[in-house]
This record gives sequence, C-alpha cells and structure tokens, in this order.
Amino acid sequence: MPESDSESEILNQAFELGYTYTRSTGPVVGRFLTGLRERQVVGNRGSDGRVIVPPMEYDPGTAEALSEFVDVSEEGEVVSWAWVKHPREAHPSDQPFAWAMIRLDGADVPMVHWVQANREADINTGSRVRVRWAEETTGSINDIAGFELV
Amino acid sequence: MRDIAIVAFHQSRAVADAGACNEVEMIMPVLNEVYQQVGINNAQDVDFVCSGSCDYLQGAAFAFVAGVDALGAVPPIKESHVEMDAAWALYESILKLRMGHADSALVYGFGKSSPGELPVVLSQQLDPYYLAPQWIDTVSLAAMQARLMLDQGMLTERDMAEVVSRSRRNAMRNPAAQLAGDVSVEQVLAEETYLSPLRKADCCPVSDGAAAMIICTVDKAREWGVPYALITGIDHRIETHNLGMRDLTDSVSTRQAAEGAGVGAGAIDVAELYAPFSHQEIILSRALGLEGSTSVNPSGGVLAGNLMMASGLSRIGEVFKRVVSGEAERGVAHATSGPCLQHNLVTVVEKA
Repeated sequence: MPESDSESEILNQAFELGYTYTRSTGPVVGRFLTGLRERQVVGNRGSDGRVIVPPMEYDPGTAEALSEFVDVSEEGEVVSWAWVKHPREAHPSDQPFAWAMIRLDGADVPMVHWVQANREADINTGSRVRVRWAEETTGSINDIAGFELV
Repeated sequence: MRDIAIVAFHQSRAVADAGACNEVEMIMPVLNEVYQQVGINNAQDVDFVCSGSCDYLQGAAFAFVAGVDALGAVPPIKESHVEMDAAWALYESILKLRMGHADSALVYGFGKSSPGELPVVLSQQLDPYYLAPQWIDTVSLAAMQARLMLDQGMLTERDMAEVVSRSRRNAMRNPAAQLAGDVSVEQVLAEETYLSPLRKADCCPVSDGAAAMIICTVDKAREWGVPYALITGIDHRIETHNLGMRDLTDSVSTRQAAEGAGVGAGAIDVAELYAPFSHQEIILSRALGLEGSTSVNPSGGVLAGNLMMASGLSRIGEVFKRVVSGEAERGVAHATSGPCLQHNLVTVVEKA
C-alpha cells in the first residue's frame, strides 16, 4: 500500500458549462443575422406579399417556404410599446427604456425590440425611431443595440 | 365515441412562496384529495396518469420525472407527461380514454415559480433567434398588447380595472386564492403603473402550487358511485410565434377552438378563463362570444393566483365544481400557453 500524504491530495478539473457545437441558422434566419452583421436589415415577402421583418422561414397562414428577400430601412415607426420603469438584470438596458413593436419603413410587419428614451413622456405610438448599431456586430439580434428616437 | 366524465378535482392554495416545500410535497396533498373524492387508494387504481409541468421552472432537464415520486409508481403504471399546462395533459388523457386504451385517468399539474424570476424564465420560451436573446419578458409583451387595444379604443383602463375588481371580490369566496379583497375600480385606477400601461393589479401574481383531476368513462363513474360532469367538447388551436403577424387585439385561436369544442351549441352559465392579464379576459370573453348572462371567473381566475402549468387544468376543475354542485348546467373553461394568448384550449363541461 502506498503511503498516504499527511495533506490529502484533491483532484481538480476546470469545467466550463457551455455548448461545444455551433448550430447553423439556415438560409432565412442566417440571411437576416448576416445582414445585421453588415448593418443592413433584411426582411422577406409572405404569401400575401407583405414584407416580414425579421424574415420567416415559412408563411404562418399558407405554410409556403418564403424566399424573396427585401432590404428595408433602419428607420421606422412605433406601433406599440411598454415602458419599463424598473429594468430587470437580464434586460438590455439598466436605465428605464421601452420595449416596442416597430414597423420599419419598407416593412409591413412590426418587429419587437427596445427603444432608448429618457422619459416615458418622450415616446408615443407613432414615434419615429432609428436603429442604433452595436459597436461590434457579430450576426445577432443584439447587433441592434436598441433603437433611438429620431 | 365514449363520453368522458370528470369525477374529482382539487387545487392547492396558491401561495407566493411555498418555501422549503418541494414539488413532490406540493403534489401529494392534491393527489390524496382527489383519491378521497372517488374513494380510491392511489395511482394504481386508475388506468393512466398524465402530468403537465415545465422543466424551466426547476432549471433542470427532466425535472418532471421527480414528480412521479408523488405517485408511488411501483408496481409500474402507465404514465405520460406534457411540457405544457396540465389542461393539455387532460387532452391527452381524453384521447387515451376515447380510444379505449383506458377507462380512467389521473391528471395533475404543478409549478413552483417562486425560486426564479418567472417573467425572465418565460422569455426563454420565445423565438430563440429574434426574441430570447433580448430577454424580453412576458409581462412587457402583454403590456404592448394592452396598449394596442387602448390606442385603438377597444377598451379603457377602467374596463381593465373592472376585471381586476371583480376578480378580487370573487376570490373572497375562493379559499385557494392568493389575492382577494373588496377592491374597488377606483382603488385599482389609483395605483401607479408598473409596466405601463399595465398596473401591477392588471397582472396575475407569481404563485406556487398544484392541481389534480380524475376523469373516467361514465360506466366507471357509476361504478365508483360519485357525482360527475361530462366533458362534451374540447379543442385547442395555436397561432404563429411571430407576434407581429398576429392580431393581438383578438384571439383567433380561441375562436377556432371554441367552434371545434361546440361552445355555441347552448347557453353558457359559467366561464373560467385563463387570462393572466386583465385586458386578456376582455379579449377572451369577446372571442368566446360571452354575454351578460354568463358568470365569468367566479373563482377570481388567475389574477387571484396563477399556478404555472396547473392553472389551465384548474379552470376546467372550477367549472366542474359548479356544474356538479348544481350552480351551473353548462360551462366553458379556457386554458392558454405562450405569449399574449398564443395557444388556447377550450373545454365545454355539462351536467350529466
């Protein structure tokens, strides 16, 4: 039997919780995210001709695969909004802000994102907003670092 | 097709924080209660068991399997689970009975939401590329839905406050309620906004608890010799995950499910609606075509206490209780899942 040390030896192994793989986002979501990396917002046309932003893989009404991409503006209009007085830790802003449904110029379907505003009274339904790009874009919905009031 | 009878239902009291009580300890008392209602001993005495819960609440994959500990599954039982509200576990059980694969089933749902930050946990059920990475919470989405309706003049803040006031007052007669009281519309309106345009009172509380139900064939109900009500219709429909493509001021899927369940075939004495936000009760009442003669959410609904993954089943149970007691002859129960009433299930319960 080996002699035991007076100080017992503790085995250690670093462990990082995470995924060891990446997942392809495919031709539709991938096209949108790649667009964001290049600071361009891309939508696509639904079966009824409406421009959907962010693009959808399949039309929710007809189940048709959607492939006609359309570049849209980085400016748009607030369709609805909610004022966050007390941001949660997970939220994208630590200052009060608004979540909003924003219809970008050239799009028919509003997208959900957030708007920076100093006070609740500064934002309204119909307010004009513009994308604020992240300093470094990586191909994520968070390449849009919120919208700002125009 | 075989008729389906509800013979037992029980819901635990909705509490803000169940403390050290774990999921199994929350489930066992409600199971014992429904066993007693029909005079059986345990899960061995039914042909099938189906549960509804959400692993995200416990923060561990396959956490629902631990719930089976509440059943005493030795010798082995036939058991299934849905990662949904237990109203959908009921739906699965009904299919099982209708196909003749079982004559009786135990259905239960449970949720201990207090350990986490529920609105943020639920943000992870959203679109994984476009929404979840923003961590947009479900209360904010509901707030935007309410504003769309306010902006379009489809309701007023007073209408919403009336829903809250009625819920608080009805809940005074519900021993399982978490929030109850003689609260006036003016008192609600005097409250400051929480997530504008919503006030805190417009939002259901975060609750811990469980609910259970036993269903069976009519022959089995007679054999057990207990009062029962019949499920004469059930259907569920879902809308797109893209919130921008939906008409958030209406609930198209509720309307479709109601048609499928045959809601319009007779008068509706009572309706229990799973409306986690006050304005959503108004959307649902309109989608179901409810009129003044219907008693809506006599239990107080989920504004009085919201058991994640069990509240939908509880709506059906609340209607069952009122039909069996003779208070109502025919009722409608509604369950929902997903943001802004994305997925809806409608059940018709009638006097036997």
